[in-house]
Amino acid sequence: MTDRPLPVIDSDSQPYWEATARHELRLPFCLDCDKSFFMPRVLCPRCHGDRVEWRAASGTGVIYSYTVARRPAGLAFAARVPYVVALIDLDEGVRLLSQVITDDVAAVRIGQRVHVDFEDVAEGLALPVFRIVSG
Amino acid sequence: MPSMSREPVIVGVADAPLANGVLASGGNALSVQAQAAKAALAQAGLRLGDVDGLLTAGAWGVPGPGVLPTLSLSEYLGIRPRFADSTNIGGSSFEAHVSHAAMAIEQDYCHVALITYGSTQKSERNRTLAGRPPLLTMQYETPYGLLAPVGAYALAAMRHMHDYGTTSEQLAQIAVAAREWALLNPAATMRAPITVDDVLASTMISDPLHLLDCCLVTDGGGAVVMTSAERARDLPVRPIHVRGYAESHTHWTIASMPDLTLTTAADTGPRAMAMAGVRREEIDVVEIYDSFTITVLLTLEALGFCGRGEGGAFVSGSRLLPGGEFPMNTNGGGLSYAHPGMYGIFLIIEAVRQLRGEAGARQVTDARVALVNGTGGTLSSTATCILTRE
Repeated sequence: MTDRPLPVIDSDSQPYWEATARHELRLPFCLDCDKSFFMPRVLCPRCHGDRVEWRAASGTGVIYSYTVARRPAGLAFAARVPYVVALIDLDEGVRLLSQVITDDVAAVRIGQRVHVDFEDVAEGLALPVFRIVSG
Repeated sequence: MPSMSREPVIVGVADAPLANGVLASGGNALSVQAQAAKAALAQAGLRLGDVDGLLTAGAWGVPGPGVLPTLSLSEYLGIRPRFADSTNIGGSSFEAHVSHAAMAIEQDYCHVALITYGSTQKSERNRTLAGRPPLLTMQYETPYGLLAPVGAYALAAMRHMHDYGTTSEQLAQIAVAAREWALLNPAATMRAPITVDDVLASTMISDPLHLLDCCLVTDGGGAVVMTSAERARDLPVRPIHVRGYAESHTHWTIASMPDLTLTTAADTGPRAMAMAGVRREEIDVVEIYDSFTITVLLTLEALGFCGRGEGGAFVSGSRLLPGGEFPMNTNGGGLSYAHPGMYGIFLIIEAVRQLRGEAGARQVTDARVALVNGTGGTLSSTATCILTRE
């Protein structure tokens, strides 16, 4: 697992990854259009305003789409096959790519509610992943 | 509007012979482009010394000479372009190159434009499913192990199935049709018939896409030569006219795609057709980038050949087969002819051969108008060209 590709943190992403390291999901929020956006950047991709702040996210959302990787995206993922990579629509109205962590890849469906969890992948670095909300 | 004399035309096309998906006579990414260029120019009675516009895109020589590809290629070819364009928007780059060369010719900025592509990815066995390095925009996706690029297309296919009831059987029809066309093309890499059941029984790669929903991994090289209609009057070849063109792109990371099942072909298709003054029903042959079966289905919908969500029904039955009412990907496409990493130039080459009437057993009767649509990246970019015989 040590050769898993890990984010190369930069000035845009530092607040994001610092939060996930604390197991908090935070999103950039545009003060001009009053909405969150993703990925982090210096200008809002909708209105191009530059008044952006970081806000805590609910950590809940739904699976917009998913796929089951039957082969690994490089050796680092070989032990995980099969694994679920999904587009998650967070309740804040942003979409991000992540994994859905499950023992039963065949039970995953579009529209299922999910909540964030965190996978510690290196010292001081955690990736947000999602789990299906049971019931 | 350009004067009629500076109207852009295609006067030469060539692709490198393959054997079992690798360059038949060996070579590297530069040599295959040089040989294809020489062959395409020779069709028009032109020589490399006549070339003053050079357009290319590729993945060769990076990092290294491929970082500045037109510099390295012009050096290798021994030419001195006054116009260069290394626009890289993925596999659709070459349709964009046709557009850019057309504008340069219309503006008298260059007179003979050479568009090339070369790849030895199969010979070098350097193709992997791993994502891009996790820098900048990719840092939010690569760590999750989405197979590149098939995983993003699988996400689109899964959503299309959810929204519209599209089935794996319907997607498989696209692969079967490509193979049926390949059976008519001696140059195609895959020349054994397949059935829908064969596609469904092939290895699942990234649900819901099977191995046979995916394009081939081959070497390849190609070249397209463009000039003005005026210059073409003196050349020993039937010129093919570039009547309309358009390009657009929106994203590379899949989470940023504005609508997961609608490509920018919904924009570039109508714009190119409007520029050409061509209606959909006037198009005789269609060459659509088939990186995956779902790419074709989404593109048919985006171009308006069927309604949104109707792609599954549209591709079913015999419509796409040789002799059917919708001749498409007539060389066998990326699914069965060849797919050397970026396929867009081969769409143009096949469209020109059809419009010239040179396609042999796979010739579409009286093909006068062709639509070519490239898709690049992860459903990121499209570029559409309308080519005509007259």
